[in-house]
Amino acid sequence: MQWETVIGLEIHAQLATRSKIFSGAATAYGAAPNTQACAVDLGLPGVLPVLNEGAVRMAVKLGLAIGADIAPRSVFARKNYFYPDLPKGYQISQYELPVVSRGQLEIELEDGQAKTVGITRAHLEEDAGKSLHEDFHGMTGIDLNRAGTPLLEIVSEPDLRSAREAVAYMKKLHSLVRYLGICDGNMQEGSFRCDANVSVRPRGSDTFGTRTEIKNLNSFRFVERAIDYEVERQIDVLEGGGTVVQETRLFDPDQGETRPMRSKEEANDYRYFPDPDLLPLDIDAAFIEAVRATLPELPDEKKHRFMEQYGLSAYDAGVLTASREMADYFEAVAAACQGPAKTAANWVMGELSAALNKDGLEIGDSPVTAEALGGLLRRIHDNTISGKIAKEVFEAMWAGEGDADTVIEAKGLKQITDTGAIEQVIDQVIADHPQQLEQYRAGKDKLFGFFVGQVMKRTGGKANPAQVNDLLKGKL
Amino acid sequence: MHEKTIAELAAALQAREVSSVELTEHYLRRIETLDDALNGYITVTAEQALEAARAADDARAQGRAGALTGVPMAHKDIFCTEGVRTSCGSRMLDNFVAPYDAGVVERFKAAGCPVLGKTNMDEFAMGSSNETSYYGPVRNPWDTERVPGGSSGGSAAVVAARLAPGATGTDTGGSIRQPAALTGITGLKPTYGRVSRWGMVAFASSLDQGGPMARTAEDCALLLNVMAGFDRRDSTSLERPEENFTAALDRPVKGLRVGLPKPFFGEGMAPGVARVLEEAIDHYKGLGVEFREVDLPNAGLAVPAYYVVAPAECSSNLARFDGVRFGYRCEDPKDLLDLYTRSRGEGFGAEVKRRIMVGTYALSAGYFDAYYLKAQKIRRLIADDFARAFQEVDVLLGPTTPDTAFRIGEKTDDPVSMYLSDIYTIAVNLAGLPGMSLPAGLADGLPVGMQLIGNYFDEARLLGMAHQYQMGTEWHRMAPGGFK
Repeated sequence: MQWETVIGLEIHAQLATRSKIFSGAATAYGAAPNTQACAVDLGLPGVLPVLNEGAVRMAVKLGLAIGADIAPRSVFARKNYFYPDLPKGYQISQYELPVVSRGQLEIELEDGQAKTVGITRAHLEEDAGKSLHEDFHGMTGIDLNRAGTPLLEIVSEPDLRSAREAVAYMKKLHSLVRYLGICDGNMQEGSFRCDANVSVRPRGSDTFGTRTEIKNLNSFRFVERAIDYEVERQIDVLEGGGTVVQETRLFDPDQGETRPMRSKEEANDYRYFPDPDLLPLDIDAAFIEAVRATLPELPDEKKHRFMEQYGLSAYDAGVLTASREMADYFEAVAAACQGPAKTAANWVMGELSAALNKDGLEIGDSPVTAEALGGLLRRIHDNTISGKIAKEVFEAMWAGEGDADTVIEAKGLKQITDTGAIEQVIDQVIADHPQQLEQYRAGKDKLFGFFVGQVMKRTGGKANPAQVNDLLKGKL
Repeated sequence: MHEKTIAELAAALQAREVSSVELTEHYLRRIETLDDALNGYITVTAEQALEAARAADDARAQGRAGALTGVPMAHKDIFCTEGVRTSCGSRMLDNFVAPYDAGVVERFKAAGCPVLGKTNMDEFAMGSSNETSYYGPVRNPWDTERVPGGSSGGSAAVVAARLAPGATGTDTGGSIRQPAALTGITGLKPTYGRVSRWGMVAFASSLDQGGPMARTAEDCALLLNVMAGFDRRDSTSLERPEENFTAALDRPVKGLRVGLPKPFFGEGMAPGVARVLEEAIDHYKGLGVEFREVDLPNAGLAVPAYYVVAPAECSSNLARFDGVRFGYRCEDPKDLLDLYTRSRGEGFGAEVKRRIMVGTYALSAGYFDAYYLKAQKIRRLIADDFARAFQEVDVLLGPTTPDTAFRIGEKTDDPVSMYLSDIYTIAVNLAGLPGMSLPAGLADGLPVGMQLIGNYFDEARLLGMAHQYQMGTEWHRMAPGGFK
């Protein structure tokens, strides 16, 4: 039987507010346990939540960016369950009336086709704390620094048909939230994580199979591996005559498999009801318009502009706009280099990206600024150095030896463009290789490259290649 | 000295007839000698009170005294107090010392009022008799075999017995008005949102409201001046222009249109209560008040709706008491579930558990629509009933309770009959309206309360109407024998 995979993702994006969603405590990552938890976060008796308007603004920002409906009135509800790192015994979330609903995101498939993925809803909620099971000698430690951190849970329609599609969607959303400046996207710190709902059904069927939910996937690679494994597992179960059990599973990256979460026998009943401590969230048109005015250029718009304005291919424009930081960097290089944007694009995607990868750096931490790289490219365009020498200069700049002009000067890499000087070298080369000259003149055209190579070698690569070509042709 | 009202004490302090330290010491001595018979205080804070009294006297000496500077008072033990235990009448919080003051507590501190102590109450404010307190029942100073009402029974008893000139209370379904009625004092439940709930341990968040308890309407107005006001830490707090609740006390009530709700005067009201109310109505008629009957067709649904909404909210509000971070924790828990079940099982009393279970049930999948949602709809209907009534009249008048104080133990085995003692007060909470109770007479030697209900933000009118009554009557001056 042919099987079709059906996937929907629930992505939790931690909103980049300075303080928590319902308290004034800081949200910074990595503080000593329980130092960023105030009375509200601890759930002490008598404390009350006050909604952080910044979190609402960020949710609306996402809603506008995905063409969604912004609810004029949404409601915070309590999701009741007991867990040691859930201080109040309930999580404040949005249930029946989320702030954002019915949006969409366009992703590009491997064959270059575009696909529109529906986004059912995005709602605001608070994160829980952390239970720490190590270092406590059989006890559990509770760190409530994360409790009350604002999250936007973004729920897709079951529109995704493969692990690859799921990853493409997740990457696109990851790029979008960072463009919008509403989430730092740091997956290792858990700022952007994903639960995947996965099911399979016979191809052509229009009903869904029983799904499982894989919890807490915090890298693109894990999402892909976990879904691939889970799809295979479900198909094996079904082809073996079994049925898929609806359950929550965890992905074990070491074993490369998903396993059912240890769960209590009883079904969870969260007893949602509107939180009486919070008024309904009313959002008027003026608020929405004020947020709209702060929207940056979005990835798709930027990509099209790059193609138009810089004459880049769809591929190049796509790579350069994958993150806002890279796009901004590219544009700064293009502005500074005073030459063709294509060269700037090639350098950003080539030398720069390779160097960043090698050193494990983000583009924002690049030791070579966009202006400095632009300065280097300017020296290619004005023939001070060749493209090949430029790579050497770039390496020196990367190592902190100064800007392009300083390095060129210090290493004496300036290109030789003096016709007389080049002619002198050419004359010497010709004089030293009479045999090759004879062969060339006898029609062995291939030897032209040999003469070029000899000239470049004797000038330490600094002779202007175009001039060398022209002058050699005349002399030979 | 303790015979004086808050207004009279404030005047005496201002005239330097007495110092705050002398006054505070006087009340502390009374508490020392008389409270054993009542059990009105859970914690007496003599040291802090005297320190605050000295500061109040200093402030006065330096010309920085406000209206109530130096007047001692007491807080219901539901309001968090920094550095002093806040037990909420529960074993669960017997060891709990809040690291912060409730908004209401801050305001009284700023006003310069020494706090004599924290008053006894039904556990987590769940009860109508003060018998559910972990610290034992409070006794009614009018008859120590009887209950003072609840849940603010400690505050009511200590004010009635002159062990504090005034006290704070909270009212979720009648918890200020019912004990005020049963102890012969005056108590006001303000409009929902008037008084900050920050730092007030939550029972049912959409109903809870703090308010003043004192001997007279004028005193309640003075206390409300301190308590009321916007607090950005409470999202349900209302941003309103500042109001002086004593300003309109002297306004005559002539021509005031007062409604008598039909369902409040039907079956169930004790004859003694009915007689007292008739006399009070006659008194008002003499002052020129116009009475007419009004209907509140859905009033009969108030008690059942309340006993869905309040337990539902409480089941969630009390989930934080899990033995993990603060409060009671059982000995030697063997695993997480054991920690939860025993800490909660041992830390909560029977009535609290009953309500948590009722509320959990009402919110459960499959029952939510039939109970919680339906109760919310009834709430809307009840609020609409009141809105219609207030198109015709300015104030509603009726009994606060069906009967006078009952005997300790009389209703503990019959929760429904206990719940019905709030039959006249609950609808006011469901609608979020202001309501008050003031003493209007005695039946068989026990105080009878008269309830006034106003439209939203009409506290000043209620207080004025009560004050005008108290100007012409002596019921608010009655003191229980043995506490004179």
